[in-house]
Amino acid sequence: MKKNLIEVKNLEKYFEVSGGFFSRKKSTVKAVDNISFEIPFGESLGLVGQSGCGKTTTARALCLLDPKTGGEVSFYNNELQQMESIDNLEGEELKNFRRNIQMIFQDPYESLNPRWTIKDIILEPLNIHNIGELADREEAVVEILKTVGLTPPANYLPRYPHELSGGQRQRVSIARTLIMKPKFVVCDEPTSMLDVSIRISIMDLMLNLAKDLEVSYLYITHDLAVARYMCNRIAVMFNGKIVEIAETEELLSNPIHPYTKRLISSIPVPDPSYKRQVYDLNYDELDSIIAMDTEQKGMVDIGNQHYVATHDVKGLL
Amino acid sequence: MSKEVLKVTDLNMHYETLSGNVTAVKDVSFTVYEGESFGLVGESGCGKTSVAMSLLQLQADNAKISSGSINLDGKELVGLNESELRKIRWNSISIVFQGAMNAWNPVVKIGEQIREAIREHYPSNSKSQNTEKIESLFKIVGLDNSIMERYPHELSGGMKQRAVIALALSCDPKIVIADEPTTALDVVIQDQILKEIKKVQELLGLSLIYISHDIAVIAEMTNQMAVMYAGRIVEIGPTSEIFSNPKHAYTKLLLESTPSVVGEKKKLRSLDGEPPSLIDEVKGCSFSPRCPEPSEDCKNGTKEMGLIEVAPGHFADQCCVECG
Repeated sequence: MKKNLIEVKNLEKYFEVSGGFFSRKKSTVKAVDNISFEIPFGESLGLVGQSGCGKTTTARALCLLDPKTGGEVSFYNNELQQMESIDNLEGEELKNFRRNIQMIFQDPYESLNPRWTIKDIILEPLNIHNIGELADREEAVVEILKTVGLTPPANYLPRYPHELSGGQRQRVSIARTLIMKPKFVVCDEPTSMLDVSIRISIMDLMLNLAKDLEVSYLYITHDLAVARYMCNRIAVMFNGKIVEIAETEELLSNPIHPYTKRLISSIPVPDPSYKRQVYDLNYDELDSIIAMDTEQKGMVDIGNQHYVATHDVKGLL
Repeated sequence: MSKEVLKVTDLNMHYETLSGNVTAVKDVSFTVYEGESFGLVGESGCGKTSVAMSLLQLQADNAKISSGSINLDGKELVGLNESELRKIRWNSISIVFQGAMNAWNPVVKIGEQIREAIREHYPSNSKSQNTEKIESLFKIVGLDNSIMERYPHELSGGMKQRAVIALALSCDPKIVIADEPTTALDVVIQDQILKEIKKVQELLGLSLIYISHDIAVIAEMTNQMAVMYAGRIVEIGPTSEIFSNPKHAYTKLLLESTPSVVGEKKKLRSLDGEPPSLIDEVKGCSFSPRCPEPSEDCKNGTKEMGLIEVAPGHFADQCCVECG
C-alpha cells in the first residue's frame, strides 16, 4: 500500500445565493458536494467532468484559496510523519503547507503578470518564502528554466510574457510552480489552451518532472484522452459529486456509471474507421439517478479499487 | 464521380504588414465535391482560417489575393466586386466562424438576426414565410421555436452554436465552411454539435469544409482532408487513406501526437519547435527544422517542393515523403 500524500473526506463547498434584492429567500448552490478521494505520493489523479461541475472549485478549496464549507482535507506532514488536517495549520506550518502545494492555471496569457520579466515572475515565490540568498535564488531560476526546457536561460530571463508563445508561457508557469519544490501540484487544464503539437511536449515535461521530483498531481481536464495520458487514476465529476473513480485503464475499459459512459462515448477518436458507440443520455433522468445516489451517500466498491456512486449497482452492472 | 462544387487552384494570399509581406496561403489547390465533407487540419497560424476567409473574401483590409482562382459552381470569385460578392456570400457559400457563438449581437433577438440575413437575400419573402423558414431550420438543428424570441445572453454556449448553424443554413447555401465550430465547447456538447452538423449535411446534401486543429474531429467528420503547414498543403487525399497510410513527416507526427481513449495506450511523440515565420521567404523545405529525421536534401534545401501522387487520389509533398 502506497503512502497517501493527501486525503479528502466528504469535502463540501456550498455557495449561498440570494434570491434577488427584495427577496429574503436564500438558496444554496452545492458546487462541491460530499466528495472523497486520496492521492498517494508520486501519483496523479485526474478530475474529469463538464464545465461547471465543480472541478476548479474542488481544486481551490484544496489549495486553501477559498474556504471549504464542510469536510476534511489532510496532508502528509513530513515532520510528524503522519496525516494532518489542514484546518489546524497556523503560522509557520501554514506557510510550509503553501510551499508544498502549488497550482498551474489554464490560461498562460492571463496568469503571468505582463509587466514583469520572466526572471521576476519565477523569482517571486522564492522572495515571498524567503528562501536562500539572492545569488542562490537567481541560480535556482536559471536551473529551473533549464529543467522546463527554456534554453539557453539567459535568453529568457529579461523577456516579458508577451514576447513568448503560448507553450513557452506555460513552461514559465510550470517553472514558477516547481521552483518551490512542491509535493503536490494542482493543474487546472494546463494544456487546453495550447496547440496539439505543443500539448504533448508540455504533458511529457510534467510527467518527467513527476517522476524525477516525486510530485503528485491533481489534474483537472474535460478531455478524457488527456487524462488517460497523464493520470494513474481518474475521478469523474458531475454536478458537484464524484460519480465514479477508478484506475485509468479500468475506468475506460469498464465504465459503470451512465455519465461516465456518456463522457467516454463523446470523445472523438483519431481513426476514421472507428465507429464510436452511441450512448445517449437523458440529463433529467441522470439528475434523478444522482439525486437517489445522494440519499444513500457514499460510493460502492465493485472490486479493483473501482468505486461508483449509485443507488442500484446491480441494476447497472 | 459527383459534381465539383468548389475548385480552388493555386491560391496565393498574403498580408501586407509594416515588417513585410506575410504569405499566409501558398499555392493551395483543392476541390470539394457535392455532398462531400472536406477537412483542413494544421496547427494555429498555418493558414487554415486564411484559406476560409479567402474563399468568402472576408479577409482583413491588408490581405491580398495575389494569384489563383476560386471557382464556385462554375463562377469565378477572385476579382468580383463587393456587391457581386454580397450576392454569393450566404446564398451559395456560408461560414460558421470560430467562436461564432460570441458573435451574436447582444441587443437583438436571435430570430430577428436570422431574419435579417434572409431578408437581405430574399427581399420578396413575407415575414411569416421567413418565420416558417427559421422554424424549419431550428427543427433541423434541434432548437425550440421559442428561442427565436430570446436574446443571446439567455442561451447556453451549445444553443448559441446551434443557432449559428441555423443562421449559416438560412439562405440555402451549397457549401458551408465550419471554422473550428466546437473549440470553445465542452466534450459532450461538442459531440452533440458534431452529430447535428453531420445530420444536417446528409439531410440537405451540403458540401462542408471543416477546419480544425483536432485531428480526431477531422477523422470523424470528413471523407477528404488536407494537412496544412506554413501556408501550404503538404498532404491531401481521402481521410481514411491519410490516417492509415500517412506519407508526409508532418502528418505522421500529427497523427502520433494525438491521445485517444480507445486502443492501447501509446507513447505519444511531441513536435518540438515553432512553425516558421511566414514573413521571410523560406528556402527549401519549411518543415525540415522541426523534422525528427530530415533527409540531407531537405536540410540543404536542394530538394524540390510540390505535391506528387503517392497513391490514387492521395498527394503528398515530395520533399518530405521519405523523411521522419
